[in-house]
Amino acid sequence: MFLNVGPAHPATHGVIQIQTELDGEIVRKADIQIGYLHRAFEKHCEESTYTQCFPYTDRLNYVSPLISNFGFAAAVETLMDLKVPERCNYIRVILSEISRLTDHLTCIGASAMELGAFSVFLYMVKAREWLYELIESVTGARLTISYGRVGGVKADLPEGFETECRAALKKTREVLKEVDELLTGNRIFYDRMRGVGVISAEEAIAYGITGPFLRSTGEAYDVRKAFPYFVYDRFEFDVPVGEHGDNYSRYLVRMEEMQQSIRIIEQALDGLPEGPTNVDPEGKIIEPDVMADLGKFGKTSGLLKNEVLIPPTLQGSEKRYHDRVAAPSKEASLPAKEQVYSNIEALMNHFKIIMLGHGLRPPEGEVYFPVEGANGELGFYIVSDGTDRPWRVRCHPPCFPIMAALGSILEGDQMADIVPTFGSVNMIAGELDR
Amino acid sequence: MEIDFQGSLQTGFFTSRMDKMLGWARKYSIFQYPFVTACCGMEYMSTASSHYDIDRFGAGLPRFSPRQADVLFVVGTISQKLAPVLVQIYEQMCAPKWVVAFGVCTCTGGFYDNYATVTGIDHIVPVDIYIPGCPPRPETVLEGLMLLQTKMQNQKQEL
Amino acid sequence: MEATITLQKIQENFENDVIEIHRRFQQDTAVIASSSLLQVATFLKEDPELQYNYLMDLTAVDYWKRKPRFEVVYHFLSVANSFRLRLKVPVAEPEPKVDTLTTLWPGANWYEREVYDMFGIQFTGHPDLRRILLYPEFEGHPLRKDYPIKRRQPLIGPKH
Repeated sequence: MFLNVGPAHPATHGVIQIQTELDGEIVRKADIQIGYLHRAFEKHCEESTYTQCFPYTDRLNYVSPLISNFGFAAAVETLMDLKVPERCNYIRVILSEISRLTDHLTCIGASAMELGAFSVFLYMVKAREWLYELIESVTGARLTISYGRVGGVKADLPEGFETECRAALKKTREVLKEVDELLTGNRIFYDRMRGVGVISAEEAIAYGITGPFLRSTGEAYDVRKAFPYFVYDRFEFDVPVGEHGDNYSRYLVRMEEMQQSIRIIEQALDGLPEGPTNVDPEGKIIEPDVMADLGKFGKTSGLLKNEVLIPPTLQGSEKRYHDRVAAPSKEASLPAKEQVYSNIEALMNHFKIIMLGHGLRPPEGEVYFPVEGANGELGFYIVSDGTDRPWRVRCHPPCFPIMAALGSILEGDQMADIVPTFGSVNMIAGELDR
Repeated sequence: MEIDFQGSLQTGFFTSRMDKMLGWARKYSIFQYPFVTACCGMEYMSTASSHYDIDRFGAGLPRFSPRQADVLFVVGTISQKLAPVLVQIYEQMCAPKWVVAFGVCTCTGGFYDNYATVTGIDHIVPVDIYIPGCPPRPETVLEGLMLLQTKMQNQKQEL
Repeated sequence: MEATITLQKIQENFENDVIEIHRRFQQDTAVIASSSLLQVATFLKEDPELQYNYLMDLTAVDYWKRKPRFEVVYHFLSVANSFRLRLKVPVAEPEPKVDTLTTLWPGANWYEREVYDMFGIQFTGHPDLRRILLYPEFEGHPLRKDYPIKRRQPLIGPKH
């Protein structure tokens, strides 16, 4: 019998079509159709400047957008050979791990909901809300943040971030403990997930699968350990590895990865370097239009020592914090807004970076930069032709090979097993179809 | 949104009271069909969960069959490949039905103006409420829902 | 430019097929002729010193005004040795085609379908070459540089 588990299905998270040939309850063949969320990310990036690409990268993996942002930023920085300040690397690690937490929380919550454990979903989303509040205090938005910039991040962490972060992580740990008690030993959950959706390590490697899906089969490959980037080599964390390669192993691997992420964030908060702080000796603050008027009337004595009042949306990127979050490079980083409003060199620098046709121009060449996304190795392959727009941007989505293998994984399982297997794949359609 | 003056003058008391009562019943028992595709889905999940509870508006139970639902929440970008599926689902729903365009990709296409997306679902299905935002905060969604409830209340109710 | 072991071995074993070899930004790149693709890939996978067991990515780039127009780019990874390699295969314009790697890595199946969908490059020997991200009624290959981004071919609804 031919059954279509169509694009609009209650239990599939994301738009996917699985055309199954059934023999009673057993799936004989499963053909997966993707592409229902193809939004032409790569084509859009070819006609946008590098900084304009960041909002498109947010919407790739929309449950852990910070990882995609920082991956793209790091790829362009490799191309331009930029050194990012140390504090900025720590900030990137902290926010990437918070993003990984939100991704795993959503994945386990949604797949538990499909099996009937609705309270687990509500607990996970409750924990996710605390993390969204943290992210919002840093970046200004909950989900689509556009926080990364080539050469650093947009703004520094706000006051009191560390206390709030630690409190949120403590509450998240308690939620994880509750969910563990609800699900891990649960007879129904165990029976539905154990022995279902099995894949062997050789098959996973043949398909090019990475991430928790691969690690649940026994092969320990994690980009953070194999090719360390940012400052991951300074932290102690374990990479959880499963044994059987089935849905239950993937659930356990993800739960343990969340614990390790919390561990990394706590170590990063302990070791967060202060970085340089530029404070003016006479820090008088005036409005930018008042400063411009004074300058026009010729009353320029002492004007350069004033600090300009910049709008609240730019908080965190003032002159004081500028060197902590932006690389010391005239070609890539926007100068501090106070400087832009007060002297002509900074204004010209700003102009050269922003205007179309000028802008951030990496040298000709190509680079492939892999980061550890929540689903596996997220790679950005950027080809630059020397102008301010990339010639080609390719995002290697970690769930693409997993979906390619899903057809053969589902063969032999029963119809009702499609739901938990698909849930444990954690397919994010934005990333898969780009 | 029609206010039937003629009707209330002619048949008077009963029809307008019936309308109000049906409107009240329909607006507080919304059975939604969440057609979730993309990033807005995450904000939909947040709105439906305990923090920003949508259940207190009576809209807490999603019905996963279009035959049993009355409000179609189109959440997230609709691509050209998916558009026929959306229209099929809309046609399978029974009247009275309403459509909520959730997120700017469904209102006008957002910044995805390319060969693969439908710039605004009002090209293919009639829309009642537009909730802009990329993605809209849950508070915006709740305001959109309240606007939908006002619309449901004030509509001429068909049986 | 120090030659890493991968580039050295490729240079030794496939001298006639190598068009260019370089290492920039600490990443190895080798450009080879399309006729030798299968042999180089088999060599990379089976050589005991290299052990490139992962085909990480398979994509293509359209260099519009340059001849040959397309380049199919392969990224390989060796987990045991922590090596990465980028292999580029130039493909010429009228009827671009390249051998398939599905015999060595079954994961290449979907990647090649995507390259066919977006660029129109045929893969000889591919078991099931059809569109993957777009619908079958779509005409043209959108990631080519001469396809305008806003040209819609709607299945239903207005076209503007």
